[in-house]
Amino acid sequence: MSKDIKIKKGLNIRLKGEASKTLSKAQRSKTFVIRPSDFHLITPKMVVKEGEKLQAGDIIFHSKAKEEIKFVSPVSGTLVTIERGAKRVIKELVIEADPQDSFKDFGISDTDSMNSDEIKKFLLDSGCWPFIKQRPYDIIANPDVKPKAIFVSAYTTAPLAADYDFILSEKEAELQVAVSALKKLTDGEVHVSIGKNGTNAFTTINDISLHYISGSHPAGNVGTQIGKIDPVNKGETVWTITPQDLIIIGELLLTGKFNAERIIALAGSSVKSPKYYITKIGAEVSTFLNESELIEKNPRIISGDVLTGTKINSKSHLGFYDNTVTAIPEGNHYEYFGWLTPVFSKKSITRALTFSWLFPNKEYDLDTNTNGEHRAFVVTGNYEEVFPLDIYPMQILKACMVGDLDGMEQLGMYEVAPEDFSLTEFVCISKQPHQEIIRKGLDLMIKEIG
Amino acid sequence: MGLKHKLHTLKRKFRGTKMAPAFGAFHTFMFTPDDTTKSGSHIRVADDLKRTMNMVVLAMVPVLLFGMFNTGYQHFLALGEIEAASNGFFSATFWSWNNFSIGAIAILPLVLISYGVGLGVEFIFATIKDHEVEEGYLVTGMLVPLIVPVDIPIWMLIVAVIFGVVIGKEVFGGTGMNILNPALTIRAFLFFAYPTWMSGDKVWVLDAVKNEGGPDAISGETVLGSLAQGNDLAYSVSDMFFGFMPGSVGETSTVLILLAGLFLIFTKIASWRIMVSSVIGALVMGLIFNWVTDSGIIASSSNFYGLMSTTFWHHLLMGGLAFGIVYMATDPVTATQTTRGKWYYGFFIGFLSVMIRVFNPAYPEGVMLAILLMNVFAPTIDHYVLQGNIKRRMKRLKVKTT
Repeated sequence: MSKDIKIKKGLNIRLKGEASKTLSKAQRSKTFVIRPSDFHLITPKMVVKEGEKLQAGDIIFHSKAKEEIKFVSPVSGTLVTIERGAKRVIKELVIEADPQDSFKDFGISDTDSMNSDEIKKFLLDSGCWPFIKQRPYDIIANPDVKPKAIFVSAYTTAPLAADYDFILSEKEAELQVAVSALKKLTDGEVHVSIGKNGTNAFTTINDISLHYISGSHPAGNVGTQIGKIDPVNKGETVWTITPQDLIIIGELLLTGKFNAERIIALAGSSVKSPKYYITKIGAEVSTFLNESELIEKNPRIISGDVLTGTKINSKSHLGFYDNTVTAIPEGNHYEYFGWLTPVFSKKSITRALTFSWLFPNKEYDLDTNTNGEHRAFVVTGNYEEVFPLDIYPMQILKACMVGDLDGMEQLGMYEVAPEDFSLTEFVCISKQPHQEIIRKGLDLMIKEIG
Repeated sequence: MGLKHKLHTLKRKFRGTKMAPAFGAFHTFMFTPDDTTKSGSHIRVADDLKRTMNMVVLAMVPVLLFGMFNTGYQHFLALGEIEAASNGFFSATFWSWNNFSIGAIAILPLVLISYGVGLGVEFIFATIKDHEVEEGYLVTGMLVPLIVPVDIPIWMLIVAVIFGVVIGKEVFGGTGMNILNPALTIRAFLFFAYPTWMSGDKVWVLDAVKNEGGPDAISGETVLGSLAQGNDLAYSVSDMFFGFMPGSVGETSTVLILLAGLFLIFTKIASWRIMVSSVIGALVMGLIFNWVTDSGIIASSSNFYGLMSTTFWHHLLMGGLAFGIVYMATDPVTATQTTRGKWYYGFFIGFLSVMIRVFNPAYPEGVMLAILLMNVFAPTIDHYVLQGNIKRRMKRLKVKTT
């Protein structure tokens, strides 16, 4: 069963430095890092101590609130440092890797004969559970709640992000096993969305409800697809998982090994030769940055895409969920009468002496300058142009800012994740931090409503 | 580096002090700041609020210049020194240096006072409340000289601007928080505080008040004023369209306002929905009144007959309706904020403008009151539009559970 979905609202931001479709193996990283901040609202409870040896797949910590959610080591090595910040919050777990990986053996699983509880237990024990996120709240899924459906987006529209058609090629076996296993965890469907044009590994896979999607960004965001296919209502839960994580789950089910291998796109205008690399979760980004070379001295390095990623530095490590590393120039410079002069080199959705409307397909070299100061909300109507969900974006943001729980609930807060507001944030003339506002709003709801 | 470097050093020095907002306003006027993205999206669009507001100011410049020519033209015409312009929009008797210079001398002080006083208030509030000086007043400050009669005393303008900015905007928390359009608050204050100054036939032509009772006594009635008194239309349609008639400084030239409106729509700064629906609203009300007079429900001796029988689309050429629709109804802060709400909001502005115009012969200008009224109702309209969305969401849930 397949359906066509067309997203009419949105904006494609074309940037310079798209990764060329060539794949290299990144050199082996010396250290690997797990950042608990990648797992929103999870307080880690350590299982191993500093100096202990780990195999790939060995548990490092579990969630303090829900002990069954376990987090495992992506490689074999030694846990060398537990870096703590203010109030002894764990900021980074540094693992010094062995030259060769040795894997903990989880045993080959026959998913056909396993029931949903067995699959759930297997995913929890093997550290694959954190790959599954839930809506509402955009947090790691609660294993006690059965979702009404599971959503997978295998369509890339975010600027410079890794192209799923490319990174999923020849992974059909892993994907098939993983979705068949996940199908047993829901009463509903596993909805997979792929681009209307292009060749995607999911076209040959069974046990899924396949959707062909077309349109501008955020058509590839899973939130947009949920909104079109089966929106989340109050009291309902859906799960989301990315295809690259399905591959890891699939490989684990097929071979019994937790292989945290990931194909990532290294992209951005500050990268000399942007391309795809095979690396592992938590690896040092310098292992592939050095090979592709940075043009600039101090660019902004982002684990993730430019709209939703996390700022890191060149000595830092790949985030747990990310399949893209982007490097773009920092914009910490002044511009003489920048608000008055005609603009040709930056993207805009207005025509206020900004001329990007003349060149819809031009690739831009955007930096991290905010192009203006933070202001109160003034202009109306331009969020709606890039926001395809049936939600009033400005009104829900204002509800979040004032902590109006009733308003948030009524206006559709159960359906959204911060990433759904990345484009409205991009186009915001008042330079408001939309994703932060939504995240805080969701956190408030978790605290007050649960 | 020079200037840029010095300003950067000063910015560091003033950070956290009381000087910061005032200095920041000046600094960011010269240079867009070196701020980089801290959270969320790492890249942002080129536009900021300064650029947006500046577009509106740019759209008002032709109207302001026209107002200067028109002020001189009306002055000399009333004194009988020149003949009425007769050969089209580019008539030389209108676009003369004499007209411009006397108009500029009269109007530039209004612009300077409006900006000086208004921005002064903004700076004081920004310093006290320790926030950035916001750009909203760039537009308000330009609107004010365009919507007052040219002969307004300076002290009156100062009082009105202070009132409008403080009560109309700052008490609500500044730009983005206000309920009423600040420029219209200023205009309304003038109208209600000094009604004799703001209407009648003496204020619309330069020096008419000064010369009153003397040998050079002149007067100039606005089109609306004379129609409201039951007089015949003294100006041709082309005069009204071009703007060769007495009125507030910037409101007369419908053709330039139309072009500015198209510019604002093209640049995507102002909402075309509000503009279009306002025009529709005005035309509908005009048609209703035309139908009432045509069918003889109202006798031609009635007080309202003059304006009611005016051909429906002429309303758009008279008074401040076009000006209000293009520059003031579209103010995003005080308008409705939902896309659907904008249609209702605009429609009622046009509709009520013409209605108030007809039924208020003492001051036959409805657009100011109509916009202020709809400013007040805008949150209500938005509320009902949002209820539609909320109901749809609840219905979805009910369908699921049954």
